[in-house]
Amino acid sequence: MLRITHLIKRYGNGEPVLKDLNLEVPDESLVSIIGASGAGKSTLLRCINRLVEPTSGSIELNGQELTTLKRDELRKSRRRIGMIFQGFNLVDRLTVMENVQCGRLGYIPYWRAALRRYPAEDIERAFHLMERVGIAKYANKRADELSGGERQRVGVVRALMQNPEILLADEPTASLDPVSSRQIMELLQNLADELKLPVLINIHNVAEAKEFTRRIVGMRFGRLIFDGKPSDLDDDAMDAVYSGTPSDEREDTGAAFTRAVTQ
Amino acid sequence: MSTATPSSRHWRKPPFITNPLLRWGILIGCVVYAVWALYTLPFDWARIQEGMSRAQRIFSGAFPPSFERSELLIEGLLESFKIAILATLLGLALSVPIAFMAARNIAAKPIYLLGRGLIITARSFHPVIVAILFVKAVGFGPIAGVLTLTIYSIGFVAKMLAERIEEIDWGQVEALRSSGTRYVAVLQFAVLPQIMPRQIGLAMYQLDSNLRASAVVGIVGAGGIGATLMNAFGRYDYAFALAITLVIIAVILVVEAISGRIRRNIW
Repeated sequence: MLRITHLIKRYGNGEPVLKDLNLEVPDESLVSIIGASGAGKSTLLRCINRLVEPTSGSIELNGQELTTLKRDELRKSRRRIGMIFQGFNLVDRLTVMENVQCGRLGYIPYWRAALRRYPAEDIERAFHLMERVGIAKYANKRADELSGGERQRVGVVRALMQNPEILLADEPTASLDPVSSRQIMELLQNLADELKLPVLINIHNVAEAKEFTRRIVGMRFGRLIFDGKPSDLDDDAMDAVYSGTPSDEREDTGAAFTRAVTQ
Repeated sequence: MSTATPSSRHWRKPPFITNPLLRWGILIGCVVYAVWALYTLPFDWARIQEGMSRAQRIFSGAFPPSFERSELLIEGLLESFKIAILATLLGLALSVPIAFMAARNIAAKPIYLLGRGLIITARSFHPVIVAILFVKAVGFGPIAGVLTLTIYSIGFVAKMLAERIEEIDWGQVEALRSSGTRYVAVLQFAVLPQIMPRQIGLAMYQLDSNLRASAVVGIVGAGGIGATLMNAFGRYDYAFALAITLVIIAVILVVEAISGRIRRNIW
């Protein structure tokens, strides 16, 4: 269970990117976060694992407050949060197996990693997960030899190796062809069910969001302005997410500009 | 509306320096300075003329090159190799940690300044000057050569490596940090693999660079083939000196070809 309350993120002295954001995600649920570029989707995900420092507010994961953690506590908590990236962010020059084992680096002593003496149960689990997503045959290939879809599956397995309590996926399919893209979405959907995890997916492809998730959250200028089932996301809601501005944000010039742009 | 027909249009490359005053100013300034410098430096034309004939005498004395004392030559060459290889190994071992210290994106500010300081110090003197200092400090011979070239290697390898570290794909670092990986493990698993090709390339380049430099620092007394060459000149044995020079050129060509080939094949 993830609970975000009154989350604010401001870079420097500028306009906040996240404005008093509240969101609750129970276990076993797949949530799509949609919104135009710059709406704050990435910042929201990155605040959860503190790749971005929240300015104020609270983020609780299964009862533990994440925003106040210091150094080693933060590192240990991050082990429970898996992240999947748009650009895969695999270590290109390492083998697929080494990349997958990177998900365990936070758990095992440094000397074991340094000498590549990975615990036998981690190797076993890695093969099991890689077989599950169909990349076991590439264990000894370098990560940059794989296709985009295969690389993203390595990314997913790496995140799962952490035994995460939540998965954050930042545009996981944006760099993929349509077929691979569907496969990754199906995989994430199945994982959320099997592992009973909350999975948050930032996504640009609204059709995919509607098809694969049962809950869609729409962001606009750092606020949640839509939260509902795919069937609730009608044309008006789409307009609000992608072209309108929230009413209390509207200033005369801003509204005039928005009208000029949208008409 | 423009009335020009397409056929009458013409185009000129915009000048490299747009401001004409600045452009001509720099050009004229350079010419004036060169003429003034030539005029004011104490060129002694008589001495130069005399030197020409002396050079002729040296060259005619040098032909044909003499390989009679080849055991001395080989000994000097092997010593140069030892100096160059030891200095490269030592230099690389020190360069890697210094490079990590001197990369702004992964080191804290004070560490970064210390790392940059070490690199700047190592780079600020030409190896010949450093060699003179070390010869004074530890005496004539190969130890001075090894120390000199170690410093020289740090100056170059650590700087280039630090720049490479600053260019890494940050996403790979973020991916590991976000999974709760310790700092050292992030360095080893996200940073090191990315800089590995550059590091191997730099090692190869530095090895052949050190071999060339070891001939030069030998001349000021830091051992190796340079010392052999200096001795040959000292004895007016120009034929032997030419032989040494030819061998140095040959060895450097071979080493450069090998290191170039290795660097091309790393990806």
